[in-house]
Amino acid sequence: MSGVRTPGSERARLATAGARAVTASALSRQPAKDRIKGNIFLALLLAAVTIALVGLSALVVQAFIEGGPRFSLSLFTDPPSSLNVENAGFRPALLGTLYLILGVVVLIVPLGIGSAIYLEEYADSDRWWNRAIELNIQNLAGVPSIIYGILGLAFIVRGPLDLGFILAAGSLTLALLVLPVVILAAREALRAVPPSVREGSLALGATQWQTIRKQVLPAAIPGVATGVILAISRAIGETAPLLLVGATTFVTFNPTFFGENFSALPVLIYQYAARPQEEFKVLAAAGVIVMLIVLLAMNSFAVWLRNRYEQQW
Amino acid sequence: MTSGANGQLTEQDPKDEMTSRPEPTHEKGLSQQIAVTAEPAAAGEDVWAKEKVFEVNNVTVSYDGKAAVKDVSMDIFRNEVTALIGPSGCGKSTLLRCLNRMNDLVASAEVEGEILYHGNDLYGPKIDPVQVRKVIGMVFQKPNPFPKSIYDNIAFGPRVLGLKDIDERVERALRGAALWDEVKDRLKDNAYGMSGGQQQRLCIARTMAVDPEVILMDEPCSALDPISTGKIEDLMTELKEQYSIVIVTHNMQQAARVSDKTAFLIVELDSTENNRWGQLVEYDETEKVFTNPEDPRTEDYVTGKVG
Repeated sequence: MSGVRTPGSERARLATAGARAVTASALSRQPAKDRIKGNIFLALLLAAVTIALVGLSALVVQAFIEGGPRFSLSLFTDPPSSLNVENAGFRPALLGTLYLILGVVVLIVPLGIGSAIYLEEYADSDRWWNRAIELNIQNLAGVPSIIYGILGLAFIVRGPLDLGFILAAGSLTLALLVLPVVILAAREALRAVPPSVREGSLALGATQWQTIRKQVLPAAIPGVATGVILAISRAIGETAPLLLVGATTFVTFNPTFFGENFSALPVLIYQYAARPQEEFKVLAAAGVIVMLIVLLAMNSFAVWLRNRYEQQW
Repeated sequence: MTSGANGQLTEQDPKDEMTSRPEPTHEKGLSQQIAVTAEPAAAGEDVWAKEKVFEVNNVTVSYDGKAAVKDVSMDIFRNEVTALIGPSGCGKSTLLRCLNRMNDLVASAEVEGEILYHGNDLYGPKIDPVQVRKVIGMVFQKPNPFPKSIYDNIAFGPRVLGLKDIDERVERALRGAALWDEVKDRLKDNAYGMSGGQQQRLCIARTMAVDPEVILMDEPCSALDPISTGKIEDLMTELKEQYSIVIVTHNMQQAARVSDKTAFLIVELDSTENNRWGQLVEYDETEKVFTNPEDPRTEDYVTGKVG
């Protein structure tokens, strides 16, 4: 401090200089080999991302180039036609999709949340049957959708339920298809609510049901809602199972919930695209834009919902 | 305040209460390891002759068959602060959680022995744990407000219990927890926006809002700074006029400052050193435990020689 140099402080100066030199070499650039390895790895990662994005955007751009000129709001309101391609639209199919999804929501919200609450809050995971249920739900989430179509045809359209080729049968089939996804998402959301919230509630003399109903479930709602919306997005895009349960007819009138002869957006796009005339292929591309708009709107809503109500613990 | 403390849990056989209320159990029920001073020398008043809230008789708690705390016997008295101290793993939190049956939430936990609450066996067949927790509240180590507004945090308890005059209860509880002036203008704000100390006082207020008789506190200040800790300690001293408080703490000064009686537990090892469990060493008036303990192990611990 005083600035007076003593032999002792000279020793300290030397030691400091030595330490500085050692530190400088220790902190200097890493060996070239490590650096190259790191860069190669980074390049591979970027390539992976690029391939995925290019593939996806090529599809979207293709749809917009082909269908963009044909796209107009009247596509949402005009009925399809196999003769008058200028005035053909997607209205019955759009309504069919909306009705289908409405039915799906009505089915999956109570069933999905109920199953998740049972598995997460009540089930004793030491019991083999609960573990078996869990494992099955995880597997069901990965079953190809055509299998659900066959199931719907055999058990809902025909067989035990015998509903016939009606729109409600399509809803039921799609609901079965996305239910595992909803259950898994809802369980994640319930699990994210810290145990301390449950303890705090129970310690006040609330029952388990009051705790779940008034504390755990409200805190998990954003996560559950996100899962439901993503499941719906998946259901909107499904074509294969619908083809099996009756959405194959070319309908020009609005569907009803329990009526036969219904269509859905992806099915109609498929039907237009399969026609030989070039105009219908363009119409199909425009239909893809319609569907993208619906899907993006739903997914954005899911993201907004998650950000808006997300709880930091 | 104490209204119906005996009758509230269930309609228990009145004779139950008669038979299960033994004579001063602090002498009778204690096992030989526990050094108990008989009557205190100071002050003419007999500090062991007060009304008992809990009588813990030879209680052993095990998880998956392994004892976490063994053979504890102690009485906990009304309108006092009783502190449980001891090193980590001595089972003091486990013991505390038995007093309002929070251990029921752990499937593998098993309680042997007897815990009497005003003479009623807390683990008796007719007892509903939900009813137990209504009269024996709990404050946890980490502040755990609900992800709701400050108002709704307090109102939740009274609402689920179907109590009336929610607004009035909320204000009373917040005033009781010395929080009213700090939050009265932002009752609708989310409780997660409060400081840690405020959150913990909110949790205490939340417990008070349902008018319990006993408040159990599991290291309530361990996550808080000294100023917040001081506020909560002051609060405890006030609260004991109205409630009986049992507090688990790692902070010996805190035990010395706030409690009337202190129980000291240690970790015992068996000869193979594979099994460890907690054991009660000494239970006495706080002043005696800290100044003139009976057991040398207590002295080593409270003077900082071990632990």
